[in-house]
Amino acid sequence: MAEHATKTQEVAEIAIPTKWDIVISRFTGLSKSFYLILGLFALMAVAGIVAGLHAMYIGFNHAYNVTREVPWGILISTYVFFVVTSTGLCLVSSIGHVFGVKDFMPIAKRSVFLSIVTIIAGFTVIFFEIENPFRMAIYNVISPNLTSNIWWMGTLYGAYLFFMILEFIFLQLDKHKIATYAGFMGVVSGIAAHSNLGAVFGMLHGREFWYGPYMPIYFIASAMMSGCATILFFTYLAHRVNSEGIDKLVARALEVTTKVGILAICIIMFFTAWKIITGFVGAEGKREALMVLLTGKYAFNFWLLEVGAGMVIPLIMYILSKGRNMKMIFAGSALMIFGIFFMRYDLVVVGQIVPAYYELGVSEYELLLSYFPSIHEILVVLGGIGIVGTTFLLGEKIFNAHRVEEHEHEAVASHLEALETAKTEASR
Amino acid sequence: MIPKKLDFENLKIESPDSLPKMERRKFLKMGFAVTGLLAGGKILSLLSIADESFASSKEQYPYKPHYSMLIYQNRCIDCELCMEACVKTNNVPSYGYRTTILKRKVPKAVEQQVEFIPILCNQCNRPPCVTGCPTKATYKDKQNGIVMMNYKKCIGCKTCMTACPYNARYYNEEIHSVDKCDFCFASRLSKGIATTACAEACPAKVRIFGDLADSGSEVYRMVHQVEKTVWVIRPESGAAPNIFYTRG
Repeated sequence: MAEHATKTQEVAEIAIPTKWDIVISRFTGLSKSFYLILGLFALMAVAGIVAGLHAMYIGFNHAYNVTREVPWGILISTYVFFVVTSTGLCLVSSIGHVFGVKDFMPIAKRSVFLSIVTIIAGFTVIFFEIENPFRMAIYNVISPNLTSNIWWMGTLYGAYLFFMILEFIFLQLDKHKIATYAGFMGVVSGIAAHSNLGAVFGMLHGREFWYGPYMPIYFIASAMMSGCATILFFTYLAHRVNSEGIDKLVARALEVTTKVGILAICIIMFFTAWKIITGFVGAEGKREALMVLLTGKYAFNFWLLEVGAGMVIPLIMYILSKGRNMKMIFAGSALMIFGIFFMRYDLVVVGQIVPAYYELGVSEYELLLSYFPSIHEILVVLGGIGIVGTTFLLGEKIFNAHRVEEHEHEAVASHLEALETAKTEASR
Repeated sequence: MIPKKLDFENLKIESPDSLPKMERRKFLKMGFAVTGLLAGGKILSLLSIADESFASSKEQYPYKPHYSMLIYQNRCIDCELCMEACVKTNNVPSYGYRTTILKRKVPKAVEQQVEFIPILCNQCNRPPCVTGCPTKATYKDKQNGIVMMNYKKCIGCKTCMTACPYNARYYNEEIHSVDKCDFCFASRLSKGIATTACAEACPAKVRIFGDLADSGSEVYRMVHQVEKTVWVIRPESGAAPNIFYTRG
């Protein structure tokens, strides 16, 4: 009897593999380069975390190059970089999932996943920047300062992460209605959090380079730009990783995302131009900072990396691609992400290089300040990138390439068909 | 349409003589303020500097005592005894400072070509550091207006350091918190000592510590007179500082 029972069990096990077996099977038989790249990203993540812990142990003032005069360095700018990306991904995904524009649906799941991944990377980086992160967990709750944008930003990003995870879980469970609600809450808290991050800079009335209502608005527009570049970059990469061709539905999603990307780049170019032009009639400190960016020490960063790699070249590539040349879109997006990283860096650092007492004309602060990241800081940044790379690759396998559900697929396909019929009718 | 005839008999005279007194005063005040501003930017106006420190339009000095400091800039000889006293009194580590002295060289000036500018926390009435702190680790004392630190609440995000228009803050590794000048409140004032360590240590009487709400104090008298120019550093930041500078 007992023997019979075991046999049936065995048969059952063979016949119905568990979910874990399926997930594990996706990791077997992959190309060597997949394991190599995964290993490399994991190594970067570990190295970053070890460097951060080591910096904590020896003291940030020994490990990092931030000073009394320039207290915010590359870790703050990298945090900004990651959370801007996350908010952008959330916004792009919401077009399809929350607001029901069917064209965007095929990329929405991956966007939601990546928005969680990038914000976690951002939180990891900021964890190693803040001197007493454990106190933050306690006093953010029991001693909140409601006039502080940092408090609002931190709290709202906490809520944002919660809603995004919720949305992702319900998407996995194929419960779309509740996922939409969670997604909507994610968008609301994301925008609120993100504009507060802009306000962290914009509300500092002692820092002319940042001060004003410009920052929160700029940050939201900038998020759209980052979000488009990131999802275009990773969707192409994912299809390479999964050795799949890009089907019609995804191709359409990428085409419309490219269009939104073009619009976002134009908005940011417009913002950047006016920021500079208005800056020249402002306070002395602001003019000095702008000159450093335009003709001084940061001119290379600004013209080549920010303007060239971050805006102009991707814009041209996006336009030339017509939303269909995938390789061109991918290369443009990669350049853009690279440029945006320096956009954040320049924004944070250049905002601090004019000393507080610069206009007083004292010997101590005759020159502008300087900052260059230390090895520890660079390693923590690489750690953040490592986290994104590792989880992206793992996510592609664990969540089966973030495929859309059958019924969603049908809905999008019929929508596209309707579009095409309308087009042909119109051309007649 | 017939144009309305002008009633020359009853027209209001618009010459300056007919202006009400208050209007004239307002106009003159504006002129003074403008000329003051044009005279170098640092000299705010020929009117009392007290305006710069008003915490609100309703109440001039809401704190009692409203601690403040007047600095006779030309008296400073850079002996650094104030800095030494501060370090000793408040356990300031070697890599940080709560107060320091800046040096301004004016090579083209006739006679004296160097002057020294002592700086410290301006205990602002609208402190950007307090607004920015996420956990109320830094706050403006409701009674005396000193911008204080509650060390155990500091998360070390350094927003206050970035926000401060006066570079008055540093991160103290020993106490794991941002540290700043508290007018020696913890080390002296709370123990009944009347003045700060730096003011007491200064041999040239550069730093005059006092209560701006007390009309009998030297700080009050100097800030509320118009014969001598009194100024504050970086008034444009809008922080409404409480450290005043003058010469004399």
